[in-house]
Amino acid sequence: MPKKQISLTVNGRLVEGLVEPRTLLIHFIREQLNLTGAHIGCDTGHCGACTVEMDNMSVKSCMTFALQADGSNITTIEGVANPDGTLSALQEGFRMMHGLQCGYCTPGMIMRAHRLLQENPNPTETEIRYGIAGNLCRCTGYVNIVKAIQYAAAKINGTAFPEAAE
Amino acid sequence: MNQQTPIDIERSERTDKLQGMGCKRKRVEDIRFTQGKGNYVDDIKLPGMLFGDFVRSPHAHARIISIDTTRAKALPGVIAVLTAADLKPLGLHYMPTLAGDVQAVLAEEKVLFQNQEVAFVIAEDRYIAADAIELVDVVYDALPCIVDPYKSMSPDAPILREDIKDKMVGAHGPRKHPNHIFEWQIGDQKATDEVFSKADVTIKEMFVDHRTHPSPLETCQCIASMDKIKGELTLWGTFQAPHVIRTVVSLISGLPEHKIHVIAPDIGGGFGNKVGAYSGYVCSVVGSIVLGKPVKWVEDRMENLSTTSFARDYHMTTELAATNEGKILAMRVHVLADHGAFDACADPSKWPAGFMNICTGSYDIPVAHLSVDGVYTNKASGGVAYRCSFRVTEAVFAIERAVEVLAHKLGMDSAELRMKNFIKPEQFPYRAALGWEYDSGDYPTAMKKAMEAINYKQLRQEQAEKREAFRRGETREIMGIGISFFTEIVGAGPSKNCDILGVAMFDSAEIRIHPTGSIIARMGTKSQGQGHETTYAQIIATELGIPADDIMIEEGNTDTAPYGLGTYG
Repeated sequence: MPKKQISLTVNGRLVEGLVEPRTLLIHFIREQLNLTGAHIGCDTGHCGACTVEMDNMSVKSCMTFALQADGSNITTIEGVANPDGTLSALQEGFRMMHGLQCGYCTPGMIMRAHRLLQENPNPTETEIRYGIAGNLCRCTGYVNIVKAIQYAAAKINGTAFPEAAE
Repeated sequence: MNQQTPIDIERSERTDKLQGMGCKRKRVEDIRFTQGKGNYVDDIKLPGMLFGDFVRSPHAHARIISIDTTRAKALPGVIAVLTAADLKPLGLHYMPTLAGDVQAVLAEEKVLFQNQEVAFVIAEDRYIAADAIELVDVVYDALPCIVDPYKSMSPDAPILREDIKDKMVGAHGPRKHPNHIFEWQIGDQKATDEVFSKADVTIKEMFVDHRTHPSPLETCQCIASMDKIKGELTLWGTFQAPHVIRTVVSLISGLPEHKIHVIAPDIGGGFGNKVGAYSGYVCSVVGSIVLGKPVKWVEDRMENLSTTSFARDYHMTTELAATNEGKILAMRVHVLADHGAFDACADPSKWPAGFMNICTGSYDIPVAHLSVDGVYTNKASGGVAYRCSFRVTEAVFAIERAVEVLAHKLGMDSAELRMKNFIKPEQFPYRAALGWEYDSGDYPTAMKKAMEAINYKQLRQEQAEKREAFRRGETREIMGIGISFFTEIVGAGPSKNCDILGVAMFDSAEIRIHPTGSIIARMGTKSQGQGHETTYAQIIATELGIPADDIMIEEGNTDTAPYGLGTYG
């Protein structure tokens, strides 16, 4: 199948690639760029394990063609740690509040939560639950994931999150 | 809260210092998982790696008239297409299951469930493989299929397993019908029937614990890589029990076990789904042996849901006999177990229905009888321990629901009925009517504590008030209260009861202490999210007095880890 050239920014770096028109963004990211943090869980857009950020929107990269990302600005889980390499507030929140077990949904969950907090820096529990409705976890359930996001919101806002101390 | 003694304080300080058992140690795994730096099977890339994909049956039951792979093989980038005809000379078109049956690796003359594996395409990349499966031309002659297990043993039922239709004694004894797998009976039928015939009160209900799929977020996948020069096979995969997989691969392939290296990297959830051996593993291994190149196989979600092991599917006709005062006198259970097209049940016990005979639960029931009939249907095979079953979940559902039904019939509070029938603390060790020995317990105290914790009396009062208000038409809100009290068998042991492949259920640890005092500990288990790297280190820290942060836990590599039967749940 004839290939097309694309160029885009991924985690702040300009990358170029040759892709078939049908190549999925998730495969381009995982197999050509070797960024394997985003995962494939369902192939149908239900589970959200493949979530990345594209031009300030959450996208499910298993439902997006790589060609659609031409010229875009993408952030994956590999690009969200603090500049000094320490865990971001969300990454830390997931660890501190035990928001994961097998870790397979976690990168997608964190990328979705990242966008949610950009758009709503102080979400209620209900808003968080609606906000991550497109991301499934099979191990942990959502109670601790919600707490992880609340932890991160509090840390970013400089407010207290009493449950963090428990 | 009790006053802490100096010893308690010292112990707690020691625990905190070591990050040992009892402290809230943050998970060490999360450092990599939160950064997308886990290492799952599909993250692994090997030079020259090929991709496998299955041609699957659109029919639940059909005769295969012909398979033509010409068009698929002609597609550029397709390396090979395997069918049963290729595997048969190697004796690999069927593989043994963990339950004493055999299972088709690739369908030979018939398909027995929808999406059953018919051909395996190996190509240079996963897109070409996906294209090629559509170019394999299979002609089917559809047959009537059985989806209702109650119809499996009808006189006019179509015979599903033609490969064993004349074999009227299966792995677990005589078969009553070509679609019958086994009958398992335990308990005293005569004495039980007698009690039922004279009892004040009896109840009988059929409970269906429906088919469930474990559905871990990561599907089943593997990479097989055969080094033809050294004659060694390396198999990476989503294996809850890597050592068992190595043994199975050795038994199936004929490769000596010491020349097979099985590696289970990070696993994205298991829940029992990743215990069994699947066609994808066998076909990838065969592909790699034939081609001398690594072959990767990754299921998609539909394949995972429709073909890999399910859980439950027990149809349980449950009866209790009791006195008017609510003393349970006997229990009688018949289970119709739908095992799908092959008996690939992964209960690591010596019985075909796992631990179903714990169905007398936490109660002192003098006599009982359990019979289980396993049957074939046109569904995917399985029967795995989805979230701590081994059929205990099914058994608990049967007894606890039956107790509720009995309470309703007697007009008694179901918590009170439970209290009345618990095995009493002074009865331990207690031998249950269906064979299990219960070593210790104090069920009435546990129940009382739980009732007090939720303020049961007040809840019942609130319920009564809400019902009254509902009856008066003042509100549409009513309230239900559910109670379950169960005794579970956790862990798969001892080996007198628990076994897979005659290996017996056990696990091992090897702890090495380095000259500087740090530790590497290797286990035969394999975490799929349970956090072994964190918690095992805590156990060792407490036992040996070395800080958990100085202890590395390694699992999943059969070359370095001692033998074990893996992690279930």
